[in-house]
Amino acid sequence: MTMSKHPMNPFNHDLAAPDTPLVNVQIDGIWVQVPKGMNVVEAANKFGRFIPHYCYHPKLSISGNCRMCLFEMGTPKMGPDRKPIIGEDGKNEIAWMPRPQIGCATQVSEGMGIRTDSPLAKECRNGVMEFLLINHPLDCPICDQAGECKLQEYSNDYGKNYSRFVEDKVKKPKNVDIGERIVLDDERCILCSRCVRFSKEVVKDDVLGFVNRGGHNTLTTHPGKRLDNNYSLNTVDICPVGALTSKDFRFKMRVWFLKETNTISTWDGTGCNIVVGSRESTVYRITPRENEAVNSCWMPDEARFEFHELQRDDRFTRPLVRVQNDFLPSDWKDTLDQVGQKLKKYSGGQIAIIGSARMTNEELYLLGLWAKELGVTLMDVLPRPQEADGFLISNDGNPNSTGAKILGVSRDGKQLPVIAGQIASGEVQALVSFGEDPADCGIPAASLDKLGLFVFAGILPNASTSRAHYILPTAGFVEKRGSMINILGRLQRLGKAVPSPGLARDDWEILRDLRSASTGGNSIHHYEDVFRAMASAHAEFAGLSWSKIGDLGVPLELGAAVRGQESSKPANENLTLGI
Amino acid sequence: MATEQRRIILKNIDVDGYTNDIGCYIKNGGYEVMKKAFGMEPVAIKDEVKKSQLRGRGGAGFSCGLKWSFIDASKVTKPIYLICNADESEPGTFKDRQIIHKDPHQLIEGMVISCFANSVKLAYIYIRGEFPEGARILERALQEARAKNFLGKNILGKGYDLEIYVHRGAGAYICGEETGLIESLEGKRAYPRIKPPYFPAVLGLYMCPTIVNNVETLCNVKHVVDMGGDAFAKIGTPNNTGTRILCVSGDVNKPGYYEYECGALTMGELINDVCGGIRGGRKLKAIIPGGSSSKVLRADQTYKIKQKGADGQMADKTITLEEIPMDFDTLAAVGSMAGSGGIIVMDDSRDMVDCLENLAEFYAHESCGQCTPCREGVLWMKKILHRISHGHGRGKEDVDLLQNVADNIAGRTICAFGEAASWPVQSFLAKFRPDFESRAGETAGKEGK
Repeated sequence: MTMSKHPMNPFNHDLAAPDTPLVNVQIDGIWVQVPKGMNVVEAANKFGRFIPHYCYHPKLSISGNCRMCLFEMGTPKMGPDRKPIIGEDGKNEIAWMPRPQIGCATQVSEGMGIRTDSPLAKECRNGVMEFLLINHPLDCPICDQAGECKLQEYSNDYGKNYSRFVEDKVKKPKNVDIGERIVLDDERCILCSRCVRFSKEVVKDDVLGFVNRGGHNTLTTHPGKRLDNNYSLNTVDICPVGALTSKDFRFKMRVWFLKETNTISTWDGTGCNIVVGSRESTVYRITPRENEAVNSCWMPDEARFEFHELQRDDRFTRPLVRVQNDFLPSDWKDTLDQVGQKLKKYSGGQIAIIGSARMTNEELYLLGLWAKELGVTLMDVLPRPQEADGFLISNDGNPNSTGAKILGVSRDGKQLPVIAGQIASGEVQALVSFGEDPADCGIPAASLDKLGLFVFAGILPNASTSRAHYILPTAGFVEKRGSMINILGRLQRLGKAVPSPGLARDDWEILRDLRSASTGGNSIHHYEDVFRAMASAHAEFAGLSWSKIGDLGVPLELGAAVRGQESSKPANENLTLGI
Repeated sequence: MATEQRRIILKNIDVDGYTNDIGCYIKNGGYEVMKKAFGMEPVAIKDEVKKSQLRGRGGAGFSCGLKWSFIDASKVTKPIYLICNADESEPGTFKDRQIIHKDPHQLIEGMVISCFANSVKLAYIYIRGEFPEGARILERALQEARAKNFLGKNILGKGYDLEIYVHRGAGAYICGEETGLIESLEGKRAYPRIKPPYFPAVLGLYMCPTIVNNVETLCNVKHVVDMGGDAFAKIGTPNNTGTRILCVSGDVNKPGYYEYECGALTMGELINDVCGGIRGGRKLKAIIPGGSSSKVLRADQTYKIKQKGADGQMADKTITLEEIPMDFDTLAAVGSMAGSGGIIVMDDSRDMVDCLENLAEFYAHESCGQCTPCREGVLWMKKILHRISHGHGRGKEDVDLLQNVADNIAGRTICAFGEAASWPVQSFLAKFRPDFESRAGETAGKEGK
């Protein structure tokens, strides 16, 4: 893995190429070495000198418009021989320039002096801070950005605490509906152009721009255009103020109440790294988490709303046992005992298992183990081929196809017709489905009615669940731990943000108990036991543990048999290059 | 009595019977210098321009030869562009307009020579939107030049191709800022670019090396080549070579445009002898000497300059406003600038608060709004001044605030507009602070002017 420039980002100001030579620069009086050409904001940040900024974003082009990162710059003082004058400390003396420079657009060079906290730098910052606030509505109490607003933060650090502005503020459009998922408040906008640059440079959907002039400058969409692309909500994330807000999240929850959990999106095979914001047992929003090997700082809009499915009223929250045409709520022990007893009546050849490439590796491992113990050979997952968008949506709608393959549950969907045929013919009399609707797998309702036992473990009702004999409520992707392998072969972790509702349980626990009930005891007690057992059974995970995966995941050495097929590669070559 | 005008650029302008068509221009010796230039090596032309010490006539007074030297055509692989900045928008300036309207071929000849010298194959004239007639005249003149093969393919059989296009602005002062102009020419909003890295000589139009010169500067190139750089450098004073078109407006009897050798006459001679003195026999109060952005000079103050004495040594000398010679360096030395040559004269009937409010309103209207200090600060200054002038001032507090706002803009912005907008405020407050303090102390309804 190299730290090469991430191809999704035309700009990567925070990452220097590995062979970049270092230069000596003086930051606030201390000489340090930083990669040549790195901008001053990033260089100073490396050494704990934070230079505040609004318009600068490490993954976007440099605009230089906010002027918040002004600093005092010096160059090597030259002697009459045009050579730097060397001081007592063996370093060059510095000639300080009277005119401040912007940190974002200034690249470090040998002998440069940087003052981030000098009277001049402070004066510049205070001045810019005041300018940004004079026409700002100061409506923090009703603003969703409050708590994560750079205007708030920097005004606290660099502001005046009082206003010298006694004029009428500029009036601009408010509550502007610029897209299906986004609302714009132009009075809050500080015209930093991050959203404009993101749309143009990253998504290539150049719909945003400024109209009018001077103090009346206004952000808007071009006539007849809307900010409706599938990455529009990233503009909300990078908006340093409350100008762009998400319709889905606004007015729902104060951000400082949100607990943040690092996890990954299970929307598709990309496995975007995300942060889940939750309070008590409710998820309120999902935002992208930076991972240069996967999604950089971005994620598609549709993947942000995955959690709403888990909040549906018709979600299964208790084990259900069918009695004639009714489902009666039950408890776990009874239900699993009954399922175990019933399964014992069938031979391995009479049982089919439909797993899911949406399950975690740990779940898939236990499922495979259980199938082996039951003597089941008919087992597969439902493939979800889809169209890649050339950016972060891959051509695989399943988040863990690779894991399902490695752990032997997936046969690329080839066994699904066999299962359907043998159910129809009566050879298979018991079906266990984890999460997938048999109807989607080519098993018609009439076939299901022939089954002696149909166990469905999942979250939501589907076309087939009314035919199930047992329904086992499982945990959603934000409600459990586990690991998945994305289309690039990167092993990543799911983190548990909220508890499952009602009696719904982690799938791995259900599988553990099903194993106990149907095939006898096992030695798995904790989640970590599952990973440990899996890692010792499958070479791909050799040497890894749950904690070693870390928040950013690890690339796996995968054999060609698992990874090689073109079908599992994203149409977006960018993604493959990212590793 | 002042020296006579030295009309080089304006030589034919306003002469009876002189028209702006190509026939008249050729009859008066037009395009002969271009033919001479085609007989020279491009590098030799650039050398002459360097020797001439020609300084830009757009406002900054930057050395033209030095600007051209940033681009070495032998090392550049991308196309090189030349842009004529005809976005003459600086309040008080109206010289380029005369050239465009009355002698467009002089500009075109100057451009062809400049393009040839810099290996430019494609050039643009960026003309402000408010000059529709100028644009029409230029289009026609370019058509005439094309018909004569002074433009186009293989010009006069010399194997040199050049095309010049006219591009009309849409009415924004900021388009006169060279990188804003380039953005506008590229079809974008005229947001000036950050420098570094976007110096026009390196990453200019379409990210190619680009030369942006003022109309008058390009016309001067023709005369530099005509008379030779050394001869040109003898006009005017050292480092302030050539002539200057002075646009005088305001409270004088004969406002207008006059061409003099740089430094050949003093401010007093210009106002009293050339422009017939202050209107209505009033007294001179203040002068803005180089377009509205330049710092105001007060008539009843003295100014210190360094002048070469009889012994050849530089010596300090104290002079009055009327004794200031009209050249680049002296106007800089007295704390203002020659700028675009727009001289705004104010007599003692002028209220400095109203004058500054007028200027502030212009800048508030013209700020592009890209960067924070200018966008917010310039409008703020206008609002404070409006309040003061309308009898809602808060005394000294407002004047201090105004000063501080201006200080927080100058030097902190992407382009020179920040200075252009804050220098008037800083200089008016420095020179006429009591006027502002007393006006700001008046309460509503009392101003009664």
